Amino acid sequence: MDLNFTTEEEAFRSEVRTFLAAKLPVRLSEKVRSGKILAKADMEEWHAILNARGWLANHWPEQYGGPGWTAVEKFIFEHECALAFAPRIVPFGVNMLGPVLIKYGNEAQKKYWLPRILNGDDWWCQGYSEPGAGSDLAAVKTSAVRGIDAQGDHYIVNGQKTWTTLGQHANMIFCLVRTNREAKKQEGISFLLIDMTSPGVEVRPIITLDGEHEVNEVFFSDVRVPAENLVGEEDKGWTCAKYLLTYERTNIAGVGFSVAALEQLKGIAATQTKNGKPLAEDPAFAARMARVEIDLENMKTTNLRVIAAVAGGGVPGAESSMLKIRGTEIRQEISSLARRAMGVYGRPFVEEALHDGFEGETFGPAYASAAAARYFNNRKLSIFGGSNEIQKNIISKMILGL
Amino acid sequence: MNFEHTEDRRMLADSLNRFIAEQYAFDARDRIAKSAHGFSKEIFQNFAELGVIGALFSEADGGFGGGGFDIAVVFEALGRGLVVEPLLGAVMVGEALSAAGSDAQKQTLGDIINGATVVAFAHDEADTHYERTRVATRAERSGEGWVLHGAKAVVPQGEQADLFLVSARSSGKVDDEAGISLFLVPAKTAGLSVRGCPAIDGGRVAELTLDGVKLGADGLLGTEGQSHATLERAIGRGVLALCAEALGAMEAAKAATLDYLRTRKQFGMLIGSFQALQHRMADLLLEIEQARSAVINAAAAIDGTDRVARERALSAAKFSIGRIGALVAQESIQMHGGIGMTWELPLPHYAKRLVMIDHQLGDEDHHLQRYIALGKEMSA
Repeated sequence: MDLNFTTEEEAFRSEVRTFLAAKLPVRLSEKVRSGKILAKADMEEWHAILNARGWLANHWPEQYGGPGWTAVEKFIFEHECALAFAPRIVPFGVNMLGPVLIKYGNEAQKKYWLPRILNGDDWWCQGYSEPGAGSDLAAVKTSAVRGIDAQGDHYIVNGQKTWTTLGQHANMIFCLVRTNREAKKQEGISFLLIDMTSPGVEVRPIITLDGEHEVNEVFFSDVRVPAENLVGEEDKGWTCAKYLLTYERTNIAGVGFSVAALEQLKGIAATQTKNGKPLAEDPAFAARMARVEIDLENMKTTNLRVIAAVAGGGVPGAESSMLKIRGTEIRQEISSLARRAMGVYGRPFVEEALHDGFEGETFGPAYASAAAARYFNNRKLSIFGGSNEIQKNIISKMILGL
Repeated sequence: MNFEHTEDRRMLADSLNRFIAEQYAFDARDRIAKSAHGFSKEIFQNFAELGVIGALFSEADGGFGGGGFDIAVVFEALGRGLVVEPLLGAVMVGEALSAAGSDAQKQTLGDIINGATVVAFAHDEADTHYERTRVATRAERSGEGWVLHGAKAVVPQGEQADLFLVSARSSGKVDDEAGISLFLVPAKTAGLSVRGCPAIDGGRVAELTLDGVKLGADGLLGTEGQSHATLERAIGRGVLALCAEALGAMEAAKAATLDYLRTRKQFGMLIGSFQALQHRMADLLLEIEQARSAVINAAAAIDGTDRVARERALSAAKFSIGRIGALVAQESIQMHGGIGMTWELPLPHYAKRLVMIDHQLGDEDHHLQRYIALGKEMSA
């Protein structure tokens, strides 16, 4: 039993810290720290910086341009990035599609798409959820009908995807589509890559409760997709879908985000006052903070235990469901406390202040608007990526055998 | 980073688990736990022969372990078996002897390790409510020696103890950290009376009255008035032991509940197929994994030199165990339904033990407040 990282791992951590200190633009980390909205160019800038160092696609094998890190090294990297308030890697191309192509794509697909992901030539988004297929993902209805004509082998796609994160920036979308209506639910689904500039694709914004445009609806009307854009076998797309959902979830607990957010919260609680004393000294607030801090300390070790099991040859299966549930609960609780800490200034909301170029007047502490907005935005954590209730179903079936 | 126990520890845990399965099955345990003696002297002796007590102490003290994870491994197994024999007293009093004892006083360690001497830790008083520095029992100098006056509350297996470690105030006000002294009081000392009763979770506890208990100079352990640090170390070991014991009990309660969900039918179906119960069970699993992490954190921290980090990890663990222990107890009874209310089933006895662990060495609230106070020391 040894909770310490090895000398090599500690050296790796220093290497990551040195890199972040030198290469992470302060302009970007300040935006992340203060809860501001990142522009497309900000995210592309950070991807390019990571790619130049060879660290962008950290889940990929070396032969495809990954750094060849162990599970522990990936954890350290993601943890340090979170502590430094680095922008998140936009996961859709790098962390989701990439591994699927590497596992199920043909040579031509790998050769064409993987370098484009690394270089930022394409901005990918995810076409999984539909209005009628949320937690019940296998109920997707968007149809793809195969045909051959003068222009070649192709699919005609009709239907609607929703909750498409950052779809407004994307030129490509990977979709689960139904290619066989006769087959059992999971068995008639295919995994298709669709060019969003094709005729018949329409993206409409969904404004979330915090006033933000982060997610979208994507409509497909007779969209023609070349058959070569099918990944894996036709009707076997569910295999890709599941692989993508469970692949490499070392960061699903988001412990680094929680550690960073808790440090911020402590700073706020030391600054905000109640009856002339720091809020941190209010017994009720201090108890809430201590509770979540203890839960996070336990979570750090739970997370490392899962990673150690993976590194030792174990399979990260349903354990990632445990990390997801408790990790998101902790993140939500911390953002809830940050909101509470604002007191009456939780309400004033100058949304423009969260975007570039704002020079107007704010109300209350500088972080006030972001605190409430982040709290509301973080409600998504227990819903996306398989709601926490779905994760409990998975635990029940896979771990408890019920 | 490595979360596997050493082979020695795994072997010890295996032999202890096997012994408990063979000699301490539920019926035997039930007989022992409600016996007039409070525990089985023979079983206690067997534990000593298996090396269970020796594992709790370092080689320098005559044992062959003594690390945080040795305590964790042993007490997790004891928790799975709902063991009532007085090993908690051994680990706490032994730690105080090791930390502060004179060479002559340390001779007792050998008899603790071989099971010949039963020791008990007598610190709580009727109105302390877990506050460690609140010591009203008085110690006065008398010639070369000491005279003790006062009372100690709810000492585990106190009636059968051969030797007590008693805290008493030799100076200062009732809540002062300074002025607390520790004394070794043999059970037969004149002026000491012991009044026992059963505990709701098995075994027995005792109230101690010290009415002019006369001790020689060698009755004092460590330096007069400066025993707070020793007390903290002994309690720290006890806290870790109780946390690990609770973890073992949680695992047993979880296994029993899961087994029930897989076999009990209602409405023509296994009740484990109902989502309402599945989700509650998944929650328990999550919480128990967090509890295990808390115990690992505490076991790793207990041998550290940074006092605040060590004590924070211990309080974090005891808080976590208190909260999660009660949850596991309540939920596993609820998921069993009526049968979970019966004496004949082992499960409710685990539930009782889990809840009562929160009544030893500081409950959830106490340790949360202590964690916060230690945090201020850290940032100050």
